[in-house]
Amino acid sequence: MIIAKNLIKDFGRRRAVDNVSFEVKKGTVLGFLGPNGAGKTTTLRMIAGFLPPSSGSVTVKGVDVAKDPVAAQKNMGYMPETTPLYEDMSVYSFLRFVAEIRGFSGIERDKRVDHVLEQCFLQSVQHQGIDTLSKGYRQRTCLAQTLLHNPDILLLDEPTEGLDPNQKQVVRNMIQNMAEERVIMLSTHVLEEVEAICTRAIIISNGIIVADDTPVGLKKRSSRYNVVTLNADGKNIEKTLEKIDTVEKTETMDDGRILVFPKIGESIAAEVLSTAQKNKWTLKDLKVDDGRLDDVFRQITITEDINKKDVA
Amino acid sequence: MNESIHHTLSIAKREWRSYFDSPVAYVFIIIFLMLMGFFTFSLAQFFEAGQADLRGFFVWHPWLYMILVPAVTMRLWAEERRSGTIELLFTISATPLQALLGKFFAAWLFMLLALALTFTVPLTASYLGSPDTGTIIAGYFGSALLAGAYIAVGMFTSALTRNQVISFILAVVIGLFLILAGYPPVTNLLSHWAPLWMINGIAAFSFMPHYETMQRGVIDLRDIAYFASVIFFMLFATQVVLKNKVGR
Repeated sequence: MIIAKNLIKDFGRRRAVDNVSFEVKKGTVLGFLGPNGAGKTTTLRMIAGFLPPSSGSVTVKGVDVAKDPVAAQKNMGYMPETTPLYEDMSVYSFLRFVAEIRGFSGIERDKRVDHVLEQCFLQSVQHQGIDTLSKGYRQRTCLAQTLLHNPDILLLDEPTEGLDPNQKQVVRNMIQNMAEERVIMLSTHVLEEVEAICTRAIIISNGIIVADDTPVGLKKRSSRYNVVTLNADGKNIEKTLEKIDTVEKTETMDDGRILVFPKIGESIAAEVLSTAQKNKWTLKDLKVDDGRLDDVFRQITITEDINKKDVA
Repeated sequence: MNESIHHTLSIAKREWRSYFDSPVAYVFIIIFLMLMGFFTFSLAQFFEAGQADLRGFFVWHPWLYMILVPAVTMRLWAEERRSGTIELLFTISATPLQALLGKFFAAWLFMLLALALTFTVPLTASYLGSPDTGTIIAGYFGSALLAGAYIAVGMFTSALTRNQVISFILAVVIGLFLILAGYPPVTNLLSHWAPLWMINGIAAFSFMPHYETMQRGVIDLRDIAYFASVIFFMLFATQVVLKNKVGR
């Protein structure tokens, strides 16, 4: 439903987004990851039709966003990063205003406003002035605004930023409930969020896409993927384990636990377990690491930074 | 087309409400009426003049608008840009043109309301004597057009910056220029070095000759065209600025 082709955005001499291309299909919850200033917001703004790209194009359901932003926006709901809202309005009149611009009037408009108020748990504050709302309510008001016209595509720029853990969970549940039949693209730098709700993740760094994979696929790139942590009593454990073909190396930690690193692409848990049984070690604990996203994130974005500096 | 009008109306309605949801509208109207009364009755010596006409009333409008209209218009875009709501506005399928028309009409209507509330001045005049109704209507018509032109100028300067103070000052300066452009001390100053055609060209920009003919009770199509073209040009310039500046 979203096709971005060779997107480039320059601000003066600085290139914020550099040749970004991707395609998103229905039913996807796409996490858009990257360090601060990587170009996430700029990319989302270009998709939302707020910023024209310097070159390249975005097509949303067949409509070129730069050529006809209004038509493209009819299929999109966009929540900007700063959750801008008209401070002098109440939640209800704000949503009614957006509903009117979205083309609804009379009973239909009121019905839709009521519906999103309910969907986003805003009924209790609907007559309150927006300037009196707490961060969580502001965030949800801005999210409610994106849902009024029931769009196929939701673009959410850091939807859970600044929320407390309970509110985060509420927003995540809402996003998950909406995911079916839609495309949801959300930017974040909270990695647990990507693991929790995204079906696909794109990592962007310095305006360039550096990874595009499922969260599980990304985790496999972690240096800790399939590393076995072993807590056992026995003789020459390290030496014995290092003799296994698929084991790269072992490391002993301060508390006596042993980390067993596999060779790239290998899975060693079964091998380690049978070796332990053969040698009659007393096993206290054995854990297989399924990789860590923050590890991968750091690996990818930091090497990217270093490469960039070398070139410069 | 239908949709554009719908959008423009919704935006105008929101803008209109935001004037009255804050104290801005009430403070503005009270100050406007007080200053109007002060200028007309005290400075222009309405009672002492012994003439039942409103020249001493209308003559102050350009100056009062010069200061007060920018106060109404300065937030129109500067505030949207500062708070980021412009990003919201332009991603819910409203276009810059619809938004600026909506804001323009809301602000203009607001000024017309303030102007309409000066009705006590012509009432006083008719109580004391028998002023020419046609001249008064022409005078109000001219003042309404003048207000529209000032609003268009103020909206333009508001789009230029996210700082309301800068927007205000720029609007006042442009307003001052448009008042003074045809004023003899200014044209004399220019005549030392500028060729005559340039002086005439600059003088032709001035609000004053067009406004004054209407004060005399003459509604000339050329004067209407003048104000209409100032408004049109300023709105167009605003649209160009918005298209180039949004998001930055």
